[in-house]
Amino acid sequence: MTTPTELPINGNNDVVLVRQHVRTAAVDVGLSLVDQTKVVTAASELARNALVYAGGGRVRVEIVQNGLRKGLRLTFSDEGPGIPDIEQALVDGWTTGGGLGLGLSGSRRLVDEFDLKSAPGEGTLITVTKWAR
Amino acid sequence: MDRVPVLKLGDILIVSIQIDLQDQSVLALQEDLADKVVATGARGVIIDITAVEIVDSFIGRMLATIAAISRMLDAETVVVGMRPAVAITLVELGLSLGGVRTALNLEKGVALLKHLEAPRITTAAR
Amino acid sequence: MGVTLSVPADAGRRRIEQLLQDNEERVLRRWQEIAGSSSTGNVDRADLAAQLRELFQALLQSLGEGGDSSDLRGLLAELSRNRARQGFTPSETAIVVFGLKEAVYEFIETDGSPEALRGFVWFSQLIDDLGLFTIENYSAAREKVIVDQAEQLLELSTPVVKLWEGIVAVPLVGTLDSARTQVVMEKLLQTLVDTGSEHAVIDITGVPAVDTQVAQHLLKTVVAARLMGAECVISGIRPQIAHTIVTLGIEFGDIVTKASLADALAHALRESGVEFVSRRTRVAVRTEEG
Repeated sequence: MTTPTELPINGNNDVVLVRQHVRTAAVDVGLSLVDQTKVVTAASELARNALVYAGGGRVRVEIVQNGLRKGLRLTFSDEGPGIPDIEQALVDGWTTGGGLGLGLSGSRRLVDEFDLKSAPGEGTLITVTKWAR
Repeated sequence: MDRVPVLKLGDILIVSIQIDLQDQSVLALQEDLADKVVATGARGVIIDITAVEIVDSFIGRMLATIAAISRMLDAETVVVGMRPAVAITLVELGLSLGGVRTALNLEKGVALLKHLEAPRITTAAR
Repeated sequence: MGVTLSVPADAGRRRIEQLLQDNEERVLRRWQEIAGSSSTGNVDRADLAAQLRELFQALLQSLGEGGDSSDLRGLLAELSRNRARQGFTPSETAIVVFGLKEAVYEFIETDGSPEALRGFVWFSQLIDDLGLFTIENYSAAREKVIVDQAEQLLELSTPVVKLWEGIVAVPLVGTLDSARTQVVMEKLLQTLVDTGSEHAVIDITGVPAVDTQVAQHLLKTVVAARLMGAECVISGIRPQIAHTIVTLGIEFGDIVTKASLADALAHALRESGVEFVSRRTRVAVRTEEG
């Protein structure tokens, strides 16, 4: 349970697997039903982003502890083209992939901590954390 | 790939999503529904998402698209059974599902369609 | 002092382990006495004795080469958790562990060998560690109790009441913080599903002030309810709160707001097809189909 797991994101079915795995981990951490739903939704958005924009990637799922609080941390990484303008990418409705442009900005609102590292040609690394209440 | 069955009840098409859908299945459902609306001349579409644990922007967009396509084909779409946690998450995500009618459950969804249908019938009768 | 230092630490440790094993029953009995007399009030002596026996066995198990202390720590954690819940003070909890030091010291005094004295320093540190471990577990358990109580309080303070068939209401009273608003809202939405109610009234008559975050939560709830197929009315907005909301620039959009709970109920009834008919002084209510 406490050992982090890494899942590949190479196809549409992997997005479903990521969702299911994150759900199980979220239950283990003791997140409320609403928080489970939020973090699974964020995972779904970010996994699809990795697939659509970078052609694939992977996610690391780990359970973290901060004093008495437990949390779920997801790290999405890919070797895609990267994001040239991070600030712009985080604006609601901004998209280059034909979607609604809510993937990044929306996911950020669904989690407690959101960290995005990216540069053109260097891929993208997104770390999100949801803490149990 | 799993395909979601489309049921016909009178002039209403009913879709009940029971599994965690992958994106391909979502797109297939969108096409199936449009075909079925034309083939059956249905006046209403009900999408039951009682069993759906998450709706992300992709599935949300699919619901809005189905509603828009159906409306062009003269059928109203009602999404029924959205769970509270899903609704709260959608609001936080920033998705409003504009143009999609909603009802608490299948029964109320059918009632809503009948209610929308009623004025059309009276005008036709005149 | 010089004598003590010339004894290697290992020898001292082995001596203590030997002492504990040789005098197992007697050390245990002395420990039970000390712990029993220092604990005031409602301690079940027989219970305590049994607990100490278990602890002592686990302690012996943890000693020596390749000893396993997980049992010992598990038992200590359980003891501190129980004591925290039963309302013992931290000292009353820790003294149980520290009592062993005193008990063992009496045997070391009788023994009198430099090894034993040297070993007691080690033993003393071990007990201190275990004592700290106990206190940590004790305070963790206490914090857990506080968190649980806060949650129960939240549950208590947020009733969702049925006003009419298909109409539910949440009367909010007192200061709203973000966490509480969230709990209320989740509960309200769940009630809509459980009762099949298409109308909800959020009454904030009893709320003295609203900040941006709380106003946002209220708004989000109304939008979420709509996504589920239900309509919310917000009632009981005081003039000051209306002022705040407007000043903060929060857009309430097309959300229905009413001055009082009665107005909100009337609105919801009208929406669900209920009609009022006044007859003389009495008011009769006739429900129409739907």
